Amino acid sequence: MTIKKEDVKYIASLAKLKFDENEIEKFTEQFNEIISYIEKLNELDTSNVEPLAHPFESNNVFRNDELKKSASTEEALKNSPSKTEEFFRVPKVINQP
Amino acid sequence: MISYKNHSEKIAQIKEGKFSLKENVAFFINEIEKQKHLNAFNFIFDDAIKIADKIESKIKAGTAGKLAGMVIAIKDVLAIKDKPLTCSSNILKNFEAIYTATAVQKLIDEDAIIIGKTNCDEFAMGSSNENSAFGKVLNPFDNQRVPGGSSGGSAVAVAANLCDVSLGTDTGGSIRQPAAFCGVYGLKPTYGKVSRYGLTAFASSFDTIGPFAKSIDDIALVLEVISGYDEKDSTSFNDEQKIYLEKISEPQKFKIGLPKEYFSSGLNEEIKKLINNKIEIIRSLGHETVEISLPNTEYSIATYYILTTAEASSNLARYDGAHYGFRSNDASNLNEMYTNSRTEGFGNEVKRRIMLGTYVLSSGYYDAYYRKAQKVRRLLKNDFDNAFNDVDIILTPTTPNVAFKIGEKSNDPLSMYLEDIYTTSANLVGIPGLNIPIGFNSENLPVGMQLMTNQFNELKILQLAKQLS
Repeated sequence: MTIKKEDVKYIASLAKLKFDENEIEKFTEQFNEIISYIEKLNELDTSNVEPLAHPFESNNVFRNDELKKSASTEEALKNSPSKTEEFFRVPKVINQP
Repeated sequence: MISYKNHSEKIAQIKEGKFSLKENVAFFINEIEKQKHLNAFNFIFDDAIKIADKIESKIKAGTAGKLAGMVIAIKDVLAIKDKPLTCSSNILKNFEAIYTATAVQKLIDEDAIIIGKTNCDEFAMGSSNENSAFGKVLNPFDNQRVPGGSSGGSAVAVAANLCDVSLGTDTGGSIRQPAAFCGVYGLKPTYGKVSRYGLTAFASSFDTIGPFAKSIDDIALVLEVISGYDEKDSTSFNDEQKIYLEKISEPQKFKIGLPKEYFSSGLNEEIKKLINNKIEIIRSLGHETVEISLPNTEYSIATYYILTTAEASSNLARYDGAHYGFRSNDASNLNEMYTNSRTEGFGNEVKRRIMLGTYVLSSGYYDAYYRKAQKVRRLLKNDFDNAFNDVDIILTPTTPNVAFKIGEKSNDPLSMYLEDIYTTSANLVGIPGLNIPIGFNSENLPVGMQLMTNQFNELKILQLAKQLS
C-alpha cells in the first residue's frame, strides 16, 4: 500500500493540521516507511482471533446518576484564550463558508 | 554532607538531627540550579522550602505521613492544582491545572514534598526526550547522549540527585527505558493499579503512572501509597496486595522465564553479557530459570504504534484552541482557528502520531490496521498468559542498546520506534515491568534489566529486585 501526497493532505484535513509542501513530501516518505513496517502484521492469520480493546476485559462500570461537584465557571474559564464573563469566545461560526 | 540510601534512613537521620528537612530541600534546589544544563526540570516550586518546615515539625511531633519529607519531582503531564501543566508542549504553554492528579494528591497526603515538574517528550511521545518545547534533556553520564524518554527529566532528576524520587508515566516504555539509560530503578505498574485521574491522556488503554528511585525500597513504598481504586478513574482497581515495603525482604524463590526472542540478534553483546552475569547470580540465590518463548514478540512494535497513535489522535482532538491552551492569532473563522492553533501548537512527533492515528482509523482502513492490531494484541496477551501459567517472572533486557547520541535517531522515526522492542509488550498486555540498574558498559554507560510479572503481582518483581540489590 503506497501513500501519495494527496492522501497525506487528506488525512491532514481530517486531523485539522496543515503542512507546507516540503513537510508533506517528508511526511509522505516517513509515512510510507512506517506503514510498510506495520503491514508486517499481515504475516499473521488472525481470522479466528477476537480483537482485544483493553488489557482488562471487565464489564461496564455503572454508577448512580448523582450530581457531584464539578469545576466552577470561573475555573473552567481560567485557561481560556478568549472569553467573556461567562462564555468562551470563538470566531464567528454562522454564515461562514 | 547529606547522605542516605533510602527513605527510612533519611527520616532516622532527620530525627537524630543530622540535618534538617529545610537544608535537604535547599540542597536539592541548589543542585537543580547547578545541573541546569541537564534541563531536567520545566518548573521548580519555591514553596517546597516552606512546606519542608511544616513537615519537619510533623516529623518531630510524630504525626507525619508515610512519605514525610520525601522530595519528589513530577513529570509535567500530571496535574497539580494551580501549577503549570504543559506536557512540554507549546499548545499548553500557559496552562494551569484546576485540580490535582490522584497519584500526586496521595503523595501530598502522606507529606511528601513536591519540588517541581520534570521535562519530558511532548505529550509523552518519544524515546529520547528530544521532542520538548522546553528543549532536550541531557544524560548525566554523558551529556552528548539522550536520557531516554519520554520521562527523561524524571529519570535524570533521580539519577543526578536532584530529588529523592520522581513520578513518570509509561505508555510503551517511557519509565523503564529512561531508567535503564540513566541507571536507576523505574517501575511501570499493572494497568489500572494507579489512578490515571489528572494524567493528560496519550493512549488511554496503555497509560500508567509509576516511580523512579535509586532504592528499591523507595519504589515499593511509593507504589504502596499511589496504588488503589479511585472513583474518578473507572479503569482503576483496588490493590489487594497493597503492602510492599514490609514484605519486600521475604526470601521467596521464583521460577523465572527467559524469553528467547528477547535475547536474539539485535541485542547488544555487552548488555547480554551483563544480564547473563545477573542470571548466574539469580540461579546461585536458588531461583529456577527456564527458557520460554513469546512467539509474537516481533509484532509488538507494529501493534503498539497502530493502537497508541489511534488512541492519541482521538485524545489530542481536544486541543483545538477553543477552551484552553494556545490559540493562533491567525484565524478568521472557526475552522482556521482549529487548524492553525493545532498546527502552530503541536511539535513534529506529535503531529506525526496524530496523522498516523487518523490514518489507521480512517474510513476504509480501520479493519486493515486498527482491527487487525487489536487482534494481534490478543495474540500477545495469550503469549504472556501461557508464559505465566509456568513462570512467576519474565526476565529480559530493558533496551537493546545503551543510551544513544543526541540527534542520532531524530530524523528516522521508525528506528526510534524500534528502540522500544522490549518494553511495549508490557503495556499491550497491561502487566507490570521494572527496570533494575545492573551496571555499566565499557563506555561507562548504564545498563538495565527488566523484570515483568503477571497483572497485580508487583510484589514478586520487587522481592527479586531486593534480593539482587
